[in-house]
Amino acid sequence: MDTILSIRNIVKVYPNGVVANKGISFDIEKNTIHALVGENGAGKTTLMKILFGIEKPQEGKIIYKGKEVHFKSPLDAIHNGIGMVHQHLMLAPDLTVAENLTLGIEPRKWKVFLDTKKAVDIAKRVSEEFGMEVPLEKRVRDLPIGIRQRVEILKALLRNAELLILDEPTAVLTPQETEVLFKTLFDLKKHGKTIIFISHKLKEVKAIADRVTVIRDGKVIATEDAGSLTEHEIAELMVGREIRFERIPPSPKVGAPLLKVKNIRYRNKENVEVLKGVSFEVRSGEILGVAGVEGNGQTELVEILTGLRKADEGSIVINGEEVIGKTPREIREKGVSHIPEDRMKNGVAENAKIKENLIVDRYYKNPFSKGMFVDWKFITKYSAKLMKDFNVLATSPDALVSSLSGGNIQKVVVARELSMNPSVIIADQPVRGIDVGSEELVHRLLNEARDKGSAIFLVSADLDEVLELSSRIIVIYNGEIVARFDDVEGLTGKDLGPYMLGVKREA
Amino acid sequence: MNPLLKSIFSANFVFATLRVTTPILFPAIGVAITSLSGSVNIALEGIMLVSAFTGVVVSAFTGSLWLALIFGILAGVGMAALLGYFHLNLKADIIIAAIALNMFASGITVFLTYIFAHDKGTTSSLKSLVFPSVKIPIIDKIPVIGRMFSGLNILTYVALISVIVFYYLIYKTPLGLRIRAVGQNPDAAESVGVDVKKVKMYSLLLSGFFGALGGLYLSMGYVSWFSRDMTAGRGFIAIAAASIGGNLPLGTFFGSLLFGIVNTLAIFLATLKVPSELIQMIPYVTTVLVLAVYAIQKSVRSGGEE
Repeated sequence: MDTILSIRNIVKVYPNGVVANKGISFDIEKNTIHALVGENGAGKTTLMKILFGIEKPQEGKIIYKGKEVHFKSPLDAIHNGIGMVHQHLMLAPDLTVAENLTLGIEPRKWKVFLDTKKAVDIAKRVSEEFGMEVPLEKRVRDLPIGIRQRVEILKALLRNAELLILDEPTAVLTPQETEVLFKTLFDLKKHGKTIIFISHKLKEVKAIADRVTVIRDGKVIATEDAGSLTEHEIAELMVGREIRFERIPPSPKVGAPLLKVKNIRYRNKENVEVLKGVSFEVRSGEILGVAGVEGNGQTELVEILTGLRKADEGSIVINGEEVIGKTPREIREKGVSHIPEDRMKNGVAENAKIKENLIVDRYYKNPFSKGMFVDWKFITKYSAKLMKDFNVLATSPDALVSSLSGGNIQKVVVARELSMNPSVIIADQPVRGIDVGSEELVHRLLNEARDKGSAIFLVSADLDEVLELSSRIIVIYNGEIVARFDDVEGLTGKDLGPYMLGVKREA
Repeated sequence: MNPLLKSIFSANFVFATLRVTTPILFPAIGVAITSLSGSVNIALEGIMLVSAFTGVVVSAFTGSLWLALIFGILAGVGMAALLGYFHLNLKADIIIAAIALNMFASGITVFLTYIFAHDKGTTSSLKSLVFPSVKIPIIDKIPVIGRMFSGLNILTYVALISVIVFYYLIYKTPLGLRIRAVGQNPDAAESVGVDVKKVKMYSLLLSGFFGALGGLYLSMGYVSWFSRDMTAGRGFIAIAAASIGGNLPLGTFFGSLLFGIVNTLAIFLATLKVPSELIQMIPYVTTVLVLAVYAIQKSVRSGGEE
């Protein structure tokens, strides 16, 4: 097979002294799907930035189609046939699909005017060539995320990309959308394209990749045929030690209900009934898992439980006290912690220090504040201890959160939320987008909290996570609980699937 | 009918409204273009002042309307370029840079007025030219309508045409598409090789161009002299006008028209026996009210979230 891209001994040291790539070398064969896996902070993103002309390496060579290349900018990379689909999609929301596709290479009429018709034609040609249908004249804003991503891929194809880099493309997709994406990627391979697929989800890597390169700590650990490695083996190569994937043991003792939710109803501003009378209980010492395709009311439910959103009807009793109408701080003070779905939006202040993020919910209490003043000396010591306990990898408690990798940011959130000794933990996608090592840690911590008697409400789009952790499972579909499983022994994703898709419901 | 009401419901009122709207509409178009590119340009006040002053002085000393026009525009575009340079090249905060430019404009024009006209208040000792009024051939002959829409200053017609130019620029040209893309997602624009800095600079220069026309109209159409701080907040009212119009061409026009109507009302009400200070407040109070209503409406529409 032909090698389309050879990466030779790439070394990248950032100005702040972080060595992100310590001599990375591997080859990518033409017309294959090549997965690049590694924990957060392993150096994948840096490597891709170098490949795409965003960063420059100190050492090493990139040989693309037999020639050594030095891309000065992304545009340079694009001109050479490399396309990148970023995790955060690069689209202008109020422009139409065709406008987004032709931005920068707009067809013109009489030199000065846009030729909208021709733009649509060009876009249509490429979308038909690759069999990727998109509504060309609709605004991107009005499209679901899966279609937006398709637009992004088309954008690269329209610019004659032969090598496509997809940076964690499935992180934002529902399982159904992921399937469609995979079909698209297989089709692209048939068209002779080469794809670099960056992912954390090993199941997906196994499903789609021909070859796998595992990166750990800035170095290549292995490049193998995907078929020759099991998921488990890949995971161990990534973390560099043994990991166990199995259902956690049942809780030693289950106590009284700490969270009682009755008949919660909620209508959103578009007047759609998002929650249609949801009721459940979570008892001390158990994890109640919520399975469901994203967007079936989970986000709203979590926000209502934590006081960020007001329910129209219903009651929420925590530790025997009604909390509807209470502020988030009042709810937190009753012992409710919240690991939010979107850590960057609701979990941390990214431009603040780690220690500031760790005490943001308790700074006003003794011993963090004494009288009118905040005791920073104490807080620094306290934060250093939390960082050690929760394995947050950073230079000091004074480091900015924005300088951390995704997994470490999540550990900061988890450290704050679990160190408050919560009686109820609302965990919404607690391991989304973080590496296997951090994932294992977060799961272990949740498990420990459960054994110490916390009541945990776990929402996750990852069915395996729900199955692995939960003592009981409820399935939410279209704002209603459609199934309850009190015995999770032997339960599999196949049992839950029909309920999640609304095909089946309990009487 | 009450004579005041009668004067308000007259052809004169429409005529006056168009006159008064012109120096709001020009800068509002400028503001709207920069807003679409994702920058907030609050320097229109200074841009207009400098252009207004330059036009009067150049016309007084050269006797050429064309030179006054050219130099007036150059002055406005130059101010905008300066703002762009501070903001885009030196990475200064655009709001602070614009405040500095506004203060600079206010100061330098007074200083130069004193140098050229030996008066710190106005240039009335200089003989400034004015842009001509134009009679529109057929419309002029129609009763009532003619008195409303014909015989206005040429720059007023230019302002109306500018709304159409603005529309074509933004929706029908590659530059317009790029301006919108940069405003909505600069990373997206950059990722396909659009030079974000350049696009932002162009949109600032365009706002300087339209702002300059607004300034020239003030000193060489609306009146025939420059006086200190004669923009009287129009550069800021323009921000309100563009913003309630969603920075869209027709919206910006109607937003400006709204403020034009209110200002004209204030002028007509001045004949009443009410303290003039109260009446002069009307346009500004309206600005506050309109912005408040607009903000409330917007927050209600988004469900009070975020």
